[in-house]
Amino acid sequence: MNELEHHSGDPYGAKDGKDLVSGITVFPMEEHVMRRADIDPKAATRAERQVATMFTLAILSVFAFVVSYVKIPNTKMIDVPILGAANANHVAIGLFFGLAILLIGVGAIHWAKKLMPDVEVIQERHALTSNDTEREAVASSFQRGKAESGFAERKLIRRTLLGAMALFPIPLIVMLRDLGPMPGTRLRETIWDKGIHLVTDVTYNKIKASDIPIGGLVNAVPENLLKIEEEDGNLNERGKASIILVRMDPAEIVSQQGEAWDYQGILAFSKICTHVGCPISLYQQRTHHLLCPCHQSTFDLSNSGNVVFGPAARRMPQLAITVDSEGYLIAQSGFKEPIGPSFWERG
Amino acid sequence: MSNLETSIATTGHEAPATKGGSVAGYIDDRLASSNFTKRLLDKVFPDHWSFMLGEIALYSFIILLLSGTYLTLWFNPSMTEVIYNGSYTPLKGIKMSEAYSSTLHISFDVRGGLLMRQIHHWAALFFVAAVSVHLLRVFFTGAFRKPREINWVIGTLLLVLAILEGFAGYSLPDDLLSGTGLRIAEGIVQAIPLLGTYVAMFLFGGEFPGTDFIPRLYSIHILLIPGILLGLVTVHLIMVFYQKHTQFPGPGRTESNVVGFRLFPIYMAKAGGFFFVVFGITTLIAALVTINPVWLYGPYTPSQVTAGSQPDWYIGWLDGAVRLTPNWETNILGHTISWNLLIPALVIPGIMFTALGLYPWIEAWATGDKREHHLLDRPRNVPTRTGLGVMSLVFYMILVISGGNDIIAVAFNLSINQITWTLRILLFVLPPLSFVLTKRACLGLQRRDNDKLLHGYETGQILRLPSGEFLEIHEPITDAEKAVILAKQDFAPLALESGEDANGVRNPKAAKSAARARLSAWFYSDTIPVPTDEELQHAAEHAAHELHEAQAQAKQIEGSSH
Repeated sequence: MNELEHHSGDPYGAKDGKDLVSGITVFPMEEHVMRRADIDPKAATRAERQVATMFTLAILSVFAFVVSYVKIPNTKMIDVPILGAANANHVAIGLFFGLAILLIGVGAIHWAKKLMPDVEVIQERHALTSNDTEREAVASSFQRGKAESGFAERKLIRRTLLGAMALFPIPLIVMLRDLGPMPGTRLRETIWDKGIHLVTDVTYNKIKASDIPIGGLVNAVPENLLKIEEEDGNLNERGKASIILVRMDPAEIVSQQGEAWDYQGILAFSKICTHVGCPISLYQQRTHHLLCPCHQSTFDLSNSGNVVFGPAARRMPQLAITVDSEGYLIAQSGFKEPIGPSFWERG
Repeated sequence: MSNLETSIATTGHEAPATKGGSVAGYIDDRLASSNFTKRLLDKVFPDHWSFMLGEIALYSFIILLLSGTYLTLWFNPSMTEVIYNGSYTPLKGIKMSEAYSSTLHISFDVRGGLLMRQIHHWAALFFVAAVSVHLLRVFFTGAFRKPREINWVIGTLLLVLAILEGFAGYSLPDDLLSGTGLRIAEGIVQAIPLLGTYVAMFLFGGEFPGTDFIPRLYSIHILLIPGILLGLVTVHLIMVFYQKHTQFPGPGRTESNVVGFRLFPIYMAKAGGFFFVVFGITTLIAALVTINPVWLYGPYTPSQVTAGSQPDWYIGWLDGAVRLTPNWETNILGHTISWNLLIPALVIPGIMFTALGLYPWIEAWATGDKREHHLLDRPRNVPTRTGLGVMSLVFYMILVISGGNDIIAVAFNLSINQITWTLRILLFVLPPLSFVLTKRACLGLQRRDNDKLLHGYETGQILRLPSGEFLEIHEPITDAEKAVILAKQDFAPLALESGEDANGVRNPKAAKSAARARLSAWFYSDTIPVPTDEELQHAAEHAAHELHEAQAQAKQIEGSSH
């Protein structure tokens, strides 16, 4: 069936003023309004010159681009009004390159709009459905092929083929195995252990308890991190072992994750958010709240690092600390619970 | 020239008169392409500004391919650590990955490198934006209806791939901001029940961040996804071409024609020119407006983060969903189910994109409409669809805004907790409200359309009659306006199949039919019928009469005043 077979005679494929397909009323096209360039040869010449000017400016822009590219040093900075300081070479070549392209486009569109015909043309749609004979022919071709192959009758072939086809992708999937190691217990372990010194992040100096004032915050890592990173050649351990130290008045500590895990009000917590693993850095002294800048999970460090707001479901793991004989902070042990985001096997 | 040469040169055909003709002849001798080429050159496309949205998407994609190829010449997708020694002094002597250091090299030591990087980034932002707005145009005008459902699905896939491709590219420079984005993605992968930790280990070659991920992501970003995108874009265009473009209703426009301009020369100049316009504007913006200044963020390290971390705009809704979801987590039998990540990052996007892809069939099931449609709907004429669209858009926009809840908190000095709670509530309140309001607005517009048809438009000329009565003169609207308004088609909801047949036997399809009839009745609720031909004629006569009366009165007044 062809919905769109036309009645000849009507330019719109309509009958009695009604669209054959939808039945809506069809109105004749509006009369074409002449443009100035259609009537006035002067206007047409003017439009021609405008288009040619744009193309000429595009050509000149390419020359200006080459000169800027060669002549303006890549180190020179200029002040662009409103936008601030910028590299002069970058701005100049960008502007001239941009103009060279833009002017071609604007010129071409101007040409089309002013000088090329703007009389709308009617074109018929062709049917998107084949006729019944053609459709039946396809069906019979398919039936012929199906019968010739014996796919339907020869069950043994069909079933073994389906089995083989179902299994052949397995090697492709199995061969992805060596993309990475099995998870094992990796996500539960950090390099923290009993007696390991806490050192400042970036400068790697041991931290004296007396150097942290009340209200202070220090980013810290284990002292063996740098050596392990060099051996491993990656930042994996840093992503788990980073901690923050805060010091508060011991009287303000409501609870901790273990008895005497602080040292004189200095508390050590994992820095890795238990939501999706962003390193947390925003600490509010007054409330002892730690806020994750990624999704705003908020933890109360004076109260066992419990979640007080946001999408994180787990408290921030605490690291038990003490000092060595010289007064430098050390870990009492490793973390007692996995740090970072939750995972299926975590429990 | 010998006789032999002459006879070979003219075998079968007359020698062509023009240069172009000889090229066409050369090709036709090998491909018999004349028929196709003629149809191609003469092909008519309708004209409307909103049809350029898809063009912007296509051109942005081409710009991405060009600028991306340029970037690959210098970018080094390696996570091997090096000490930076380029010309950007603030980072001199700092340890970083080769990926980051080569990005700095492109930005500061390659002339035009920063320009290409910024063209690439801006074009990516425009690409996803153009795809999205193009999708809205297609949705609200009903262009997805039969026979274009398949192209709608391809379009949905293109949107998903465009978002993934954008995120992959954003992650490659290995700066502090992009690394944070990857850390979040890894955290989400870990939350997948049963397989999460394995998938994460396999993706990253071990724990996060490892040293394998950037090179792996690189081949996905420059080969795998662009390859699929290119294939799908090609099919998308061939289908638009083959099925012909839809057109808005208007004078002379019917379901069985296309009214517009020919490809050659009009669209060759207009659409070809428009490519240069899009490219030119992208380049000028890239020259003047800094985007993703990775040198300010520093190299990635998992122990640092910048406050106010924001992803590119098209990831904002996902980030917003993750921010809004309460901290639900279940622990059963030693296993953790992280609802706080599964819901926003997997369930919601899954539902959104599935519903989006299947919408043409959902609507067709509700309407029972099996006809082809080449005339576009005006959004007001399908209030339920338009309402659903606005509802979904409002839902999406609230998620995008939620992705910036910290920025709002800082900018307006508000409590982040209150903002988050407000947005959580609005996410459930505003979408249904916007559905109702949109539908009412559509119905109001339809009534106004009918008024215009039946009573003409208000001319603003007020007439005072001797009796003291005031009368505003209405003039009939133009045929062009009538053609647009009268293109609306009346539909009736599907009828309910009877629960029992004539012999009292239970119809097993009745339950399904009842559900469908209910959906159909809902879809077509509050229909405002198009005036019939009789009503229109009656109204026209009435208007003519009224005008005549008024004119007669006016004459009388004039006559008596002299």
